[in-house]
Amino acid sequence: MRRTLILAVTLLVLGGGALFYAVRAARVDQGGGSAAFDLARPGQVVVRDQGTGLVRGSRTRCERFATASGTGLCLVTDVARTYAVVVDRTMKETRRLHIAGIPSRARVSPSGRMISWTVFVTGDSYNKSGFSTWTGILDNRTGYAITNMEQIPLIKDGRRYHSPDVNYWGVTFAADDNRFYATVSTRGQTYLVQGDYGRWEARVLRSNAECPSLSPDGRRLVFKKRMPGGAWRLHALDLSTMAETPLAEGANIDDQAAWLDGTTVMYAKGRDVWAVPADGTGAARLLVAGASSPSAVR
Amino acid sequence: MYISGFRYRRLTMAVPANVLALGLVSLVTDISSEMVTAVLPYYAVLVLGLSPLAYGLLDGIYFGVTALVRLAAGHAADRWQRRKLVAGIGYGLSAACKLGLLAAGSSVGLLGAVVAADRTGKGLRTAPRDALISLSAGPEAQGQAFGVHRAMDTVGAFLGPLAAFAVLGATGAYDAVFVVSFAVAALGVVLLALYVRERPPGTTVPSPQGVGLRPALALLRQRPFRRICLMAAALGLVTVSDPFVYLLLQKGTGIAPEHFPLLPLGTAAVYLLLAVPVGRLADRWGRVPVFLLGHLALVGVYALLAGGAPYWLVLGVFGLFYAATDGVLMAAAGPLLPAHLRTSGLAVLQTGQAVARMLCSIMYGAAWTLAGPVPGLVVMGTGIVACLAFWKVVR
Repeated sequence: MRRTLILAVTLLVLGGGALFYAVRAARVDQGGGSAAFDLARPGQVVVRDQGTGLVRGSRTRCERFATASGTGLCLVTDVARTYAVVVDRTMKETRRLHIAGIPSRARVSPSGRMISWTVFVTGDSYNKSGFSTWTGILDNRTGYAITNMEQIPLIKDGRRYHSPDVNYWGVTFAADDNRFYATVSTRGQTYLVQGDYGRWEARVLRSNAECPSLSPDGRRLVFKKRMPGGAWRLHALDLSTMAETPLAEGANIDDQAAWLDGTTVMYAKGRDVWAVPADGTGAARLLVAGASSPSAVR
Repeated sequence: MYISGFRYRRLTMAVPANVLALGLVSLVTDISSEMVTAVLPYYAVLVLGLSPLAYGLLDGIYFGVTALVRLAAGHAADRWQRRKLVAGIGYGLSAACKLGLLAAGSSVGLLGAVVAADRTGKGLRTAPRDALISLSAGPEAQGQAFGVHRAMDTVGAFLGPLAAFAVLGATGAYDAVFVVSFAVAALGVVLLALYVRERPPGTTVPSPQGVGLRPALALLRQRPFRRICLMAAALGLVTVSDPFVYLLLQKGTGIAPEHFPLLPLGTAAVYLLLAVPVGRLADRWGRVPVFLLGHLALVGVYALLAGGAPYWLVLGVFGLFYAATDGVLMAAAGPLLPAHLRTSGLAVLQTGQAVARMLCSIMYGAAWTLAGPVPGLVVMGTGIVACLAFWKVVR
């Protein structure tokens, strides 16, 4: 009898408490934003609002967003289903792909033609502590899509490289819509690869460089490098000399940077977007508060 | 299928109340922990902005800690003859970790510490809980008792992801999932405190003499228990771990990635259905033979994987392997151990098996990289058959 009473009180307290918290925490979808939002307005920095989950100024909810030349890529998760949605400059949906996994990276090539993304797939790794990523590339002109690029022929140390555990992530395309850079991980190491979309081939350039982001002039990459302590620091790589320069941002950054202009990169730090010169000089500064997934419209 | 009518009554009469209570605690606790497991990667990547690699590191191996904690928990539970208390600390620690997820905020280091503490809680409670089950059932009904417990436990594993995505769908807030998960885990601790007994009514307090590390290790000098430990470890060395099985299935059948998380549920469904009948069968035919023969099902899984069989068949046979080996091993070992050393003994057995399985994962991973998936399966399958053939020789 006493036990039943204690159990009933416990159920009431725990159930009531959990329900109260859940109701208070429930996300309210505020309107805000305008239907007249223009993705192609030059000079603006388009971001995802961390509070509402909307592309700021619009009515579109995305987990990750990127845009260039009036084309946007919105990765959206609906409880357990994920879509890559391509939108035009008015945020109207033009294409929708069902992709599986948790959105991690989104990119649109400078011309707006090549669309790429990385999702995190759980359960597809053969050691429990591992992880798996699926990186997809969509040619938005032809509509041809590859949902997992792990079968791309990979050249490492001058030879074809084979391993069941290759994972790709963080693609960035050059202005020619053919050359691209990405990260590959295999046997516990990450490498920077340069890819050729037309020939469908990738080649290892160097080790320990993740989430590359190609500068507007196509000559430099900013990427995150894993330091001996385990933190990621932003570095720049000059593709002609292969010289590496640490940027002035001293914090651990786990994001694929984007170029604000020809000399500055921006990235998510905490719940805000920060910017830092891409040549190792100067200092990091707060760019947009309460935001992520920045894209500069040129 | 045991829910209605005559069979239900026969079951409740046959299964001690303490086992049902422990099963209920495990069911509730598994709902809570599977809720978090289902949404944690989403939370880490979408809300905290971690890259998959960072999540992989966070989810990294705390295996060594868990093994040590398990042995220490077994020792402590026997030392003070307080199995329920040690298990309760484990359940309580894991419950507190659900709130720790909220407190960790976006700090990856803290989040890693919370995940490690949660696993420590699991390491603490497993051996004392199994010892309580073992001590609560008669020696002739051990298989059934463990079968009932594991079936109830698996029901929780089914309900957890459903509950998590229901809360997430209704609120869109990950912290709401963690708070509900905490409430469910706390209910589990209260159920343990209220309904689980340290010892069955009518039994006397065993004298805590001869308890310690040395007597616990001396258990290995007794032939029947040593044989079981050696066999479990040897078979563990050739038991390819679950993630490999599911990855092979995916590679072989091209199942869409959003269905990966559903594959273990297929195995669990079969395990759930077969745990009680196979446990009863083990009581009748002998638990050691069923445990050994159950590994033939694993050989079958390897053969089906190598031969590209349909996924439902692989999942079904894999579920049969679990039903015939997981609870049955504990049921076989329990009665061989004196009551006052049962927790330490089970902890030694579980740790030996877990270490062996981890070594197997490393070896199989290397074999896969070097030679592809099939040769490793052939070697592992041959290893199982060899273990079974040499069973009579092991002393």
